[in-house]
Amino acid sequence: MIMPSTYVPHAAGYVDNDGPKIVTSRFGHEDSFTLERSLATGGYEGLRAALGMRPADVHAEVRDATLLGRGGAGFPAGVKWGFCPEGVWPRYLVVNGDESEPGTYKDRLLMERDPHQLIEGCLIACYALGLSQCFLYVRGEMALAQERIATALNEAYAAGYVGRSVLGSAFSVDVTLHWGAGAYIVGEETALIESLEGNRGMPRIKPPYFPAAIGLYGKPTIVNNVETLANVPWILRHGAGAYRKYGSEASPGTRLFTVSGHVERPGVYEVEHGITTFRDLIYGEAYCRGIRDGKQLKMFIPGGGSAPWFFEEHLDLPLEARDVGQAGSMLGSGAIIVMDETTDAVRACHRMVRFFARESCGKCSPCREGTGWAEKVLLRILDGHGRPADIDLLLDVGDNISPGPYPVASFAAENLEAVPFPPLQTTICPLGPSAVAPIVSTIRRFRHEFEARITRSDTIPVVAADPGAGL
Amino acid sequence: MSYFDPANERTAREVIDRYPRPRSAVIPLLHLAQEQEGWVTPAAMVEIAEMTGTTAAEVLGTGSFYEMFKFHPVGRYLVGVCTNVSCQLLGGEELLHHAEGSLGVKAGGTSDDGLFTVEDVECVAACSEAPCFTVNHRYFHRADIDTLDEVVADLRAGRSPLPRGAAGDDGDLPVHGTLARVRQHIPDDRRAGIVPPEQVDGPPAWLLADEAE
Repeated sequence: MIMPSTYVPHAAGYVDNDGPKIVTSRFGHEDSFTLERSLATGGYEGLRAALGMRPADVHAEVRDATLLGRGGAGFPAGVKWGFCPEGVWPRYLVVNGDESEPGTYKDRLLMERDPHQLIEGCLIACYALGLSQCFLYVRGEMALAQERIATALNEAYAAGYVGRSVLGSAFSVDVTLHWGAGAYIVGEETALIESLEGNRGMPRIKPPYFPAAIGLYGKPTIVNNVETLANVPWILRHGAGAYRKYGSEASPGTRLFTVSGHVERPGVYEVEHGITTFRDLIYGEAYCRGIRDGKQLKMFIPGGGSAPWFFEEHLDLPLEARDVGQAGSMLGSGAIIVMDETTDAVRACHRMVRFFARESCGKCSPCREGTGWAEKVLLRILDGHGRPADIDLLLDVGDNISPGPYPVASFAAENLEAVPFPPLQTTICPLGPSAVAPIVSTIRRFRHEFEARITRSDTIPVVAADPGAGL
Repeated sequence: MSYFDPANERTAREVIDRYPRPRSAVIPLLHLAQEQEGWVTPAAMVEIAEMTGTTAAEVLGTGSFYEMFKFHPVGRYLVGVCTNVSCQLLGGEELLHHAEGSLGVKAGGTSDDGLFTVEDVECVAACSEAPCFTVNHRYFHRADIDTLDEVVADLRAGRSPLPRGAAGDDGDLPVHGTLARVRQHIPDDRRAGIVPPEQVDGPPAWLLADEAE
């Protein structure tokens, strides 16, 4: 087993980088998930502060902090909270802990390491908006996270932080731990609600675009990501002004980034939002310390499996949603997958498309059929049975899921400009369009690798990996 | 005759009571059934349908959408090797091939002794800790073929392999079907009150109190 120098055994993957800590402040403690440790380190103080304020003012504080959603779309949570229609009751909170985006490992850490911080964030949201029940939807495969949250809820109920008359106030709310059973698509918020209602997790037709209008049981429902809510206690304890001192004007605060793949020190890093660049994160001494074994960077995925791919020329972009979107991709769930020069672009592309083919829920034909066929064609190319027309066939299949120019990064050497995010779609949800990202990204850059596979006339133009590298 | 044993029956009632509508408990109850028997039997689905006011066909309809539910017996230990890109880059596919070879099964299959089922799984959220595999959804980070062999040897010998995982997890590794070893329990005197949505016709008490001020 390869262990980096800063390995924290009890919070595997988390790397302390001496920057500001908003959501990982307790990760250094081995018992960070207990009520005792939480209370000793300021736990539930944000809730106490909130209960001393009017609910509308609590909402205003979160809105003023410009807390951007951390699940993928990056929509401001305070604005989303304002979408509940007047006079329709009850209202619910659903926490999206179904983290499954390839490359993303942050919500699991937050749930396993600091469940009380998440519960506190949920309580503050419920108080601010008059939500009568909270459902904590944890991914089915995350057994330890479910265990830690169940324990934390039992402790919090017994100690009077959750349930009837929270801390002796008029505020009463039940928090129900719910868990899924293995389906990536359930991360889409309307699919999450379907699943919570006991159905197959298929996304609902839009509009309404936000379940705040019509959500769980047809009632107004706020769906927030785990990391988003984990920020809320800090905001109430220290104020929106203090929060805005970190990060950039448009993207304040900090954010968790998962860096995986061919870097010297992969890990989960809490970094200031908006001002740090990809180069800082991938090459910085405090972060990933460059590509492993002195190899060269070939490409990287900036925001999880659904994001179009970036290359050397995009390293100096800041970790800022708007800039990354203009450059043809997205920050998504903050998952950066780094691939060095030994990586076979066709093989990596096939594996990512195979993921979407497996996870397509089957509701929309372009996605159900398209992702499956794209995977089969890529497998044919990979196996050495590709046909010359297959490259254009792949692009055509993609065009049926996402018509028009698909978001893609610039390619300076060929004078090709970026197509900004997001893509158009012929499907209800973004899963199908996401499958097009690896196809368009790799064909634009590495058409010669596809052609080499297809014609079988030359070797695959990648640097040979060390035999058994990584194992 | 009831499918759930008496303890699980009480647990099932408690789970249903945590939702405004019983149908929401279908997925947690399928997990409970899988915990009791290692897989979801037809009798379990009939029972869950009765308890949640649905039909057995609807329970199967929901359950069959989700990868974790097994509608046929599987091994005592479910070994899931991640081969998604972050793990693939660092040897996830080689790890899967080793698991298949050493346990004598192809992905999806169960070893002859009924102990191990091997699966080729999608991203399990341990990407910086790649390559990664799980056994009954307990994590083994930064694994190599030696880790896998040691974990298999531990399980065959009846030892808990969890300390090898370096994932902050410890204790005994439960058999397939059991997820969390701790259940949520809401004491009656602490319950805020969970009711069907149609029984709520106005804002909650603390908002009314705020408006009155």
